[in-house]
Amino acid sequence: MSIDKNQVKKVAKLSRISLDDTKLESLSKDLASILNFVEQLNELDTKKTEPLTSIVDKTLEPRADKINDGKIKNEILKNSPDKNEDFFIVPKVIE
Amino acid sequence: MSDFNKSSLSEIVNLIKSKKVSSLEVTNHFIKNVERSKKLNSFITTCFEESVKNAKQFDSKKNFDGLLSGVPLAVKDLFCTKNVKTTAGSKILENFTPTYESTVTRNLWSEGAILLGKLNCDEFAMGSSNETSYFGNTINPVGKDLVPGGSSGGSASALAANLTPATIGTDTGGSIRQPASFTGTVGLKPTYGLCSRWGIVAFASSLDQAGPMTKNVEDCALLLEAMSGHDEKDSTSINKKNEKYSKNLNEKIKGLKIGIPKEYRVENMPKEIDSLWKKGIDILKNSGAKIVDVSLPHTKYALPTYYIVAPAEASSNLARYDGVKYGYRSKKGKNLIEMYENTRGEGFGDEVKRRILIGTYVLSSGYYDAYYLKAQKVRRLIKNDFDKCFKNVDAILTPSTPSSAFKIGEKTNDPISMYLNDIFTVPVNLAGIPAISIPAGQDEKGYPLGLQLITKALDEQKVLNIAFAMEKSIDFKQSLNRWWE
Repeated sequence: MSIDKNQVKKVAKLSRISLDDTKLESLSKDLASILNFVEQLNELDTKKTEPLTSIVDKTLEPRADKINDGKIKNEILKNSPDKNEDFFIVPKVIE
Repeated sequence: MSDFNKSSLSEIVNLIKSKKVSSLEVTNHFIKNVERSKKLNSFITTCFEESVKNAKQFDSKKNFDGLLSGVPLAVKDLFCTKNVKTTAGSKILENFTPTYESTVTRNLWSEGAILLGKLNCDEFAMGSSNETSYFGNTINPVGKDLVPGGSSGGSASALAANLTPATIGTDTGGSIRQPASFTGTVGLKPTYGLCSRWGIVAFASSLDQAGPMTKNVEDCALLLEAMSGHDEKDSTSINKKNEKYSKNLNEKIKGLKIGIPKEYRVENMPKEIDSLWKKGIDILKNSGAKIVDVSLPHTKYALPTYYIVAPAEASSNLARYDGVKYGYRSKKGKNLIEMYENTRGEGFGDEVKRRILIGTYVLSSGYYDAYYLKAQKVRRLIKNDFDKCFKNVDAILTPSTPSSAFKIGEKTNDPISMYLNDIFTVPVNLAGIPAISIPAGQDEKGYPLGLQLITKALDEQKVLNIAFAMEKSIDFKQSLNRWWE
């Protein structure tokens, strides 16, 4: 399966990454060669194989439903590039 | 002042514990080394003022019981360190200062270690040469124009150049073992879940694992003991009693069965690597181990599987970098969506973008089954290969890498040739099992080469013991003339 420039643009849109048009050509080429490489897997018959979703052989441990954290608003806001005392600030969303 | 450049981590710990030297003396020694070694570009951040303060504080303490008593350590810049900048080698986190400490680094500090600084790495640990770091290439102390490997390249470079007595890295597809092999050092990727992932900048969560990088196997056992342990903040952390890897370290490997997988004999493998492998086999035989031919038939599918699973997980993990909560934000864009797109377009480097795009593609509607689900199925086959193999053998011996360290710029134009570096290391991450790389010899250019030992899950003691026995016979020596100072 090959990937063309329009598909790359679409995936970039889904990924929320702006792409420089001048890089589109080489990027499409790179992605196509990676996809071509991973498609080796089609040589294998996996009809009867269960997918491996977790490598850890255990069920998740439940814990008591108790608050053990909190009151760290300032710490959470500290690294934000734009904020006021209580909120993250983002460009206007609703007109 | 003593010359700690020849001392191992374990030796330094003993010197401090027996009060023959102070933590401050040791700390000042390594600070001086770091200051003289800027050419290597192995550090992104140093925190010397804090280190000296902590060393003095340590020296005034009564209790010197910790496993890493008073030892200064630099760590890969992928571990969040409270109040010390953590960049993951990325522009997008250039000014990120965590307000919390990763569990693994906290474990080190609670054993008495002191933070020296943060080490360069490939951006978000995506790379095999340290060339994708936003903060520039790290140089391999073995040679001026050589990469140190990656992604824990800064860690390997700093360790080999004696800028830190030991260090920690992370390994998603070989990122500890390959740079260890390229720099003549020891690197261990533990069983998935042995070391907590909490507070480590995430790349591919089902594969990421932190581990020690050291000058010898004894240090490796000590550092693993200090950094591992159950953590309720990581839901995949294994709940088991901590083991005394360093105390239980021994070289008795007589009667152990070691498997040699024929699938690792890849095409175009340099002769030197093949003869190194044979040398390893002979050493094991002479130590009384039994050599058995084994087969891991799906080995050639490990890399393609990895390059679906890892980017898929990365595309989801890296969705958090949106220019809102932390990190870089672009000034361009008329609305929220454009702000996201420009932030990520300007903040991520080319390799990270490639992987996010591949990951998004293989998870997108219409392609999910063909790529992602298929890869998860093949991952099962790869794990089954190892499970079957470990019914008959105690460990597997392979080369660590298909070549020695390569030149800066040599592989940057072709992602696939870069990816092939991890051909021997990736299967282990997919199977979640432990593996160690130890320096085993040099090629004709004098560049170090490593051998890899693999065991079943949670058999760290065994893999360390075999490595310990081999290390004695190999007697690897590397003398670097400190050309970079």
